[in-house]
Amino acid sequence: MTGLLDTLLAGLALGAVYALVALGFVIIFKASHVMNFAHGSMLLLGGYLTAVLHEHLGFAAALAVGVLATAALAGAVDRVLLQRLPQDPKAAHVATIVTIGIDILLVTDLARRIGGDLLSLGDPWGDKVRTLGPVTVPDSRLAAVAVSALVIGAVFALFRYSRWGLSLRCAAEDTEAAALQGVRLGRTRMLAWCLAGALAALAAVFLAAFPATGLERTTGQIALKAFPAAILGGLASPVGALAGSLVIGLTEAFVITYQSDLHVLGDGLSDVAPYVVMILVLLVRPNGLFGAKGAVRV
Amino acid sequence: MSDAAKPLLRLTGLLLPLLVLCALPFYLESYWLRIGLFSMAAAIGAVGLSLLSGTAGQLSMGHAFFLAVGAYGYVWFSGDPGLGLPPVVAMVLAVLLAGAAGGVFSPVAGRVKGMYLGIATLALVFVGHHLMLTMDGVTGGFNGRSVEPMEIGGLVLDSGHDDLAVLGVPFGAEERLWYFGLALLAFTWFTARGLLRGRPGRALVALRDSETAASVMGVPVARYRSSAFVVSSMYAGLAGVLIALSFRRVVPDYFGLVLSIDYLAMIVIGGLGSVGGAVAGAFFVTALPLVMAKYADQLPLVAAPGSADGSLGPTEASRYLYGAAIVVILLWAPDGLHGLVRRLRLRLRREPSPPPPEPGLAEPVNPAPTTLPAVPVKEHTP
Repeated sequence: MTGLLDTLLAGLALGAVYALVALGFVIIFKASHVMNFAHGSMLLLGGYLTAVLHEHLGFAAALAVGVLATAALAGAVDRVLLQRLPQDPKAAHVATIVTIGIDILLVTDLARRIGGDLLSLGDPWGDKVRTLGPVTVPDSRLAAVAVSALVIGAVFALFRYSRWGLSLRCAAEDTEAAALQGVRLGRTRMLAWCLAGALAALAAVFLAAFPATGLERTTGQIALKAFPAAILGGLASPVGALAGSLVIGLTEAFVITYQSDLHVLGDGLSDVAPYVVMILVLLVRPNGLFGAKGAVRV
Repeated sequence: MSDAAKPLLRLTGLLLPLLVLCALPFYLESYWLRIGLFSMAAAIGAVGLSLLSGTAGQLSMGHAFFLAVGAYGYVWFSGDPGLGLPPVVAMVLAVLLAGAAGGVFSPVAGRVKGMYLGIATLALVFVGHHLMLTMDGVTGGFNGRSVEPMEIGGLVLDSGHDDLAVLGVPFGAEERLWYFGLALLAFTWFTARGLLRGRPGRALVALRDSETAASVMGVPVARYRSSAFVVSSMYAGLAGVLIALSFRRVVPDYFGLVLSIDYLAMIVIGGLGSVGGAVAGAFFVTALPLVMAKYADQLPLVAAPGSADGSLGPTEASRYLYGAAIVVILLWAPDGLHGLVRRLRLRLRREPSPPPPEPGLAEPVNPAPTTLPAVPVKEHTP
């Protein structure tokens, strides 16, 4: 029973972190129809800046710098590079490949700087644990869930109530009509990228915190697991990203716990399970759990 | 240009590159031939992906998986443990196996569209990698397996003991495989162009441009989508066989996500939907890092490998250049090398008429959206 609760909590924490990353994917896709392959390296950049700066500035200030710098970079990538490309949604694959190029550049540079090191981010939770009834939970996991819930709540409020959120939803619905109504498409898009970058940088903190050993050059690859999370929920649906992330996080946690029982299927099953779940969902719902059905009018 | 000269010109335009390609093994060292072989294999795979992504408008990131099926299929059909069949038969079976693997995935491939399919096929790469590590009876596990050399009509395509020499040039494995690869590439080129220009190609283009319109005109949507997927995986399987033959060893880690992404980069850099573009993109993406790695130490700012901490090694330098090349090429020519060549040709001919827009691709330019915000500021009351 304790094992089950433990696993549930671990899955929840993992899902919460994936949600930060997947939400970024979805925001970017909604705003620009681009799959951002550079998301992982942006996450790594945020983590790296925090790790390097925390000794001089303290954790909070370093994190702020990391988040802002990553947001600025993401915004710049969109404004300076991607917005130069033809803006036809059917040509979005070109921008998608450009983000692959950017990812290669960023990852190469960061990997060269990080080398084989494990960087500590200097987060305040350390390796402390606390006992909640029958289970023992690391503080960092609780913090991950709490912070994610807060931040994601704030992002949803931004979608719902801010002018930018309104612009974004308009532009996603019908780009031309939105432009005619005075929505500043370029700026709306850029801000979406900034927000996604900031979320990724924040996620880096929890990916490197306690049960994990620190930030390494491969930490960015975690973003690959947010892909199935985003697809599972429906690429253009923020709520879907949230649900998808929880499904993926729980799946992974449960497979890790019960791996020994599933030994027939081979080692390292937890890396594969999220994708299998994704395929199963897509078989039943080709547009994801929360994806719009999209009736076609002729 | 007179009309009579045109076919002649076309013929020379076709034969000349072929002649040059056939002559290369007599002049190049085996290092360059290996690069050429890898590029040819990549080109075959890229043509397959281009059929799927460029023509049918479906994104696939699972190409590495089908390459792996082809490569391991060949090894298993021809080797021991395995069936030990003659290599040519094993090759055909491996291609069919890759097609069958694509067919198994068709319930997903027929229904899921665009970016969704792209991410869904990611699953294939990871599941495939897991299978390669787990089924070590067939795949040799982490360390992989060595590959039986190809054998055609008694001639073994490896560095062999028969001291074969043509015109005084010793013919080792690379030289022999070169012609084999060239033949496979030519086969791919012509079959793919035939497919694209025939009924299936037109149906797929119609499907990409408007699913509704296509289905109204009687194109069975799901069937064409999944058969595009199957055909594309068969080309990938063929490419996998050639890769296995030129590496002489297959290991699971080669067939990872990076490889899939490289293939995607190839077809987009080459220009979607064109066979020639896919081949050009494949050569660019495959050969560039290898050539750069060879000459990286002669580039400015690059240190010798293993020198002081924080300096720029040749591998990293080639990665930087590769990443930058992708970004720069696509910003400069969003329709890839194919579009670049087409525009260049048009400019040379100075034809006043605008180029026919490539269907579905980036229309030459619609520069508006970035500047649009300035327009609607004017106050209009509806």
